[in-house]
Amino acid sequence: MATVEVTFTPLPVHVRTARLVATAVARRCGVAESLLDEVRLAVGEACSRAVEAHQRHCPGQPIQVSLTDDGEQFQVVVCDSVQGSEHDLPAAVGLPAGLGAEAGDGAALGDGFGIPAGGQVPLRLPDDVGLAVIAGLADDVRVASAASGTSVTMIWKRRTASL
Amino acid sequence: MDLKLSNSNKDGIEIVDVEGEIDVYTAPRLRELLIELVNKKNYQLVVNMEKVEFLDSTGLGVLVGGLKRVRAHDGSLDLVCTQERILKIFRITGLTKVFGIHDSVDEAIAARKAEKRLPA
Repeated sequence: MATVEVTFTPLPVHVRTARLVATAVARRCGVAESLLDEVRLAVGEACSRAVEAHQRHCPGQPIQVSLTDDGEQFQVVVCDSVQGSEHDLPAAVGLPAGLGAEAGDGAALGDGFGIPAGGQVPLRLPDDVGLAVIAGLADDVRVASAASGTSVTMIWKRRTASL
Repeated sequence: MDLKLSNSNKDGIEIVDVEGEIDVYTAPRLRELLIELVNKKNYQLVVNMEKVEFLDSTGLGVLVGGLKRVRAHDGSLDLVCTQERILKIFRITGLTKVFGIHDSVDEAIAARKAEKRLPA
């Protein structure tokens, strides 16, 4: 059973609420203060992505966020209800090579997103940038697509002593 | 905290001061301001992010969109940011290579003038 579950209507204004709840629960669960900004940003990215998908495909369906502390890790799962292949996902969570918690200065990522230093700049960022950001923040990220929708699972293992 | 936006002109460069959170909810307001400035023929922009408390990829998209627009007019969009938690998302996405990121508005203006050889 999740420590805390949040369900919200797919509106951008509620993403902030989800971020605040996630940060509060992470702090309560003993996630290191230095990681709270990462939790906040990653959860916001996942929720923003879900909101945009719901607004395109199923604006009447809620988005679910489950936050779980099992003593070893802090896990956040953001579930949308966008069914089937109409929900665009990067192939096999096709995060650019090199992305991850230790992405460092992202040296290769600018090229990976097709954003050169001095040349043509796309009007908006590719859709998978949000997932790439998440991958750069969480210790582990899993994206699973099922008939009922897509879930983004984010895990932080680095913790201080439990409260 | 909600988003607060203001802009002023300094030495021919439009300074956009941003305060608060730039996310999927508030980013459209920043996008509208940048479009408005470009439509008014302001092609040299500096976005001061020193009071930004939160920035996500939606906000990055707005900044990239602004950069695209000013570059279409041979302009520039530089950033002022020293906050590590904001800079981190630029590093993760590799956008530190795309934007000029400065420690202060004065430094950003000086860098722009040096590049464009504007009169002091």
